[in-house]
Amino acid sequence: MSPRWEGKLRKIDDYRWEIPRSYKAGMRVPGIVYASEEMMETIREEQAMEQVVNVAFLPGIECYSLAMPDIHWGYGFPIGGVAATRVKDGVVSPGGVGFDINCGVRMLRTNLTADEVKPRMEELVNGLFYAIPSGVGAEGKLRVSEKELDQVLVKGARWAVEKGLGLAEDLAVCEEEGAMKGADPDKVSARAKARGKPQLGTVGSGNHFAEVQEVVEIFEPDVAKVMGIQHVGQVTVMVHSGSRGLGHQVCTDYLEVMARAISRYGISLPDRQLACAPVESPEGQDYLAAMAAAANYAWTNRHCMAHWVRETFARVLGKSEVSLGMRLIYDVAHNIAKIEKHSVDGERVSLCVHRKGATRAFPPNHPDIPDVYKKIGQPVLIPGDMGRYSFLAVGTERALKDTWGSTCHGAGRRQSRGAAKRSLKGVNIAQQLREKGIIVRATNMSELAEEASEAYKDVAQVVEVTHQAGISRKIARMRPLGVVKG
Amino acid sequence: MGVKKRFAIIEHTADIGIVAYGSDLKEAFANAAYGFFSLITEPRRIRATIQREIEVRAEDLEGLMVAWLGEFIYLFDAEQLLFKKFVIEELSKTHLKATVYGEKVDQQRHRLKLGIKAVTRHQLSVVARDGVEARVIFDI
Repeated sequence: MSPRWEGKLRKIDDYRWEIPRSYKAGMRVPGIVYASEEMMETIREEQAMEQVVNVAFLPGIECYSLAMPDIHWGYGFPIGGVAATRVKDGVVSPGGVGFDINCGVRMLRTNLTADEVKPRMEELVNGLFYAIPSGVGAEGKLRVSEKELDQVLVKGARWAVEKGLGLAEDLAVCEEEGAMKGADPDKVSARAKARGKPQLGTVGSGNHFAEVQEVVEIFEPDVAKVMGIQHVGQVTVMVHSGSRGLGHQVCTDYLEVMARAISRYGISLPDRQLACAPVESPEGQDYLAAMAAAANYAWTNRHCMAHWVRETFARVLGKSEVSLGMRLIYDVAHNIAKIEKHSVDGERVSLCVHRKGATRAFPPNHPDIPDVYKKIGQPVLIPGDMGRYSFLAVGTERALKDTWGSTCHGAGRRQSRGAAKRSLKGVNIAQQLREKGIIVRATNMSELAEEASEAYKDVAQVVEVTHQAGISRKIARMRPLGVVKG
Repeated sequence: MGVKKRFAIIEHTADIGIVAYGSDLKEAFANAAYGFFSLITEPRRIRATIQREIEVRAEDLEGLMVAWLGEFIYLFDAEQLLFKKFVIEELSKTHLKATVYGEKVDQQRHRLKLGIKAVTRHQLSVVARDGVEARVIFDI
């Protein structure tokens, strides 16, 4: 649809490419994209690279406009984009977070082996399908009042724990401990709340899922052990979901606010989709307070879903939740903006780090990571597609130095939904997956082709680049056994 | 001459959009709404048993399109409403008033195939030239 991107690139090393400032007048910093030579060919096929360039125009952007190897076209910012702006004179942009605020991933370990669960997989998947409402128009089992919803927006995952949904000890291993500070429900519109209220506790549609997995490869056994991953064949569970209609409405609302703010603050941008306002302006502060509230909704959501996953496993397998050992490994946000302190030219600077389709990847001993992971670094969860595999990785010192402590977030689409459906016409995706030992259940089985492996890039290639470039280290690879799709 | 096409689907790697056609603005806006619901479900299966008044304002025609379709995203998420008939009573560059007809989602009868979560301004255009053509990309 869009023309190929023909801009000049300077190859920094095997996995990094620079778009020099000279590419376009007005770029405040260069662009740096993580990709292999082969991937760069595909990336050039759409205008995502031009979006990396556009982000470099943002007032207050520090050092570079970054993109991870899973970069693809996004609204304003590319997906896979990372940009840090100075709090004192920079801007915050809702497009730098994305519509699905705190879209993220959580992963649970278990004491189970694949051999134990495989004969019961059909029941497990059906159980999960009924326990976790999914799909378009699904309403949650949780009925909350407006007042309670406001509590969700402030307390995040802790709200779920107080309601008896999910474990208190899991909070320590959620990014932000499952509740971002500074959330203000008054900055979230009535419309956003009305959209979010019936959807609390639902996984959503599109590429969101709950997946039972089996560990198939362990790259660093000592590190894996710290996360409770002991052996190949161990069962894990991954949930990928976001802030549903509430987060999308917050983004929609603030894009309008920021579009009006641009001229007031004399900001000129190459693309109006980058609408932004100074971090410290009333508009910027309001957005960050609303974004944090939406992020907390998403953490609550994932905390509730993890609870239902445990309940389902216990019921179907006839085991106690304690004996199942289903502890949370970690929960990451991959669409978020955060105020963080980073070193720039030897000085500690307060930055607003936008990660849109990018995962925080802090190194060992970083103050913001849980004590249990101080020695190994922050766990990074990278889901792939439903037919292949996902990865567990850890953050590194190199990431902190080179990418504001960030790495990739997933595979990214290769084909549009229509193209996927056309190329897989007549193929029974569920049957094909079953033959590979993967049981899948979706509200709308006829739409499964849209989410088939063929529609996605190979996440292994993405993870290889971030691993080789040193911005995260792969620890384990898991393959799906059972998938519940939205 | 065959039946005039009301809309066409725009394919986008990660998102989806529509081009809505009309002999005038009112028709193009009504067809955009019809195209929107065609992405979600099959509009012919929606019954027109309830009606809603919709009134939106914006700074320009494009903004009006975002607000108009945004209204349906809201009504779908908050009240599970689907619509099939769109009678636009007033339409200026900055204001739209309409009565729309549809019903609440019935999971038995309505096959919901796609969740639309936001109306974007990416490649957004409402162009009057030998009829009206409106382009919208959604976040899904």
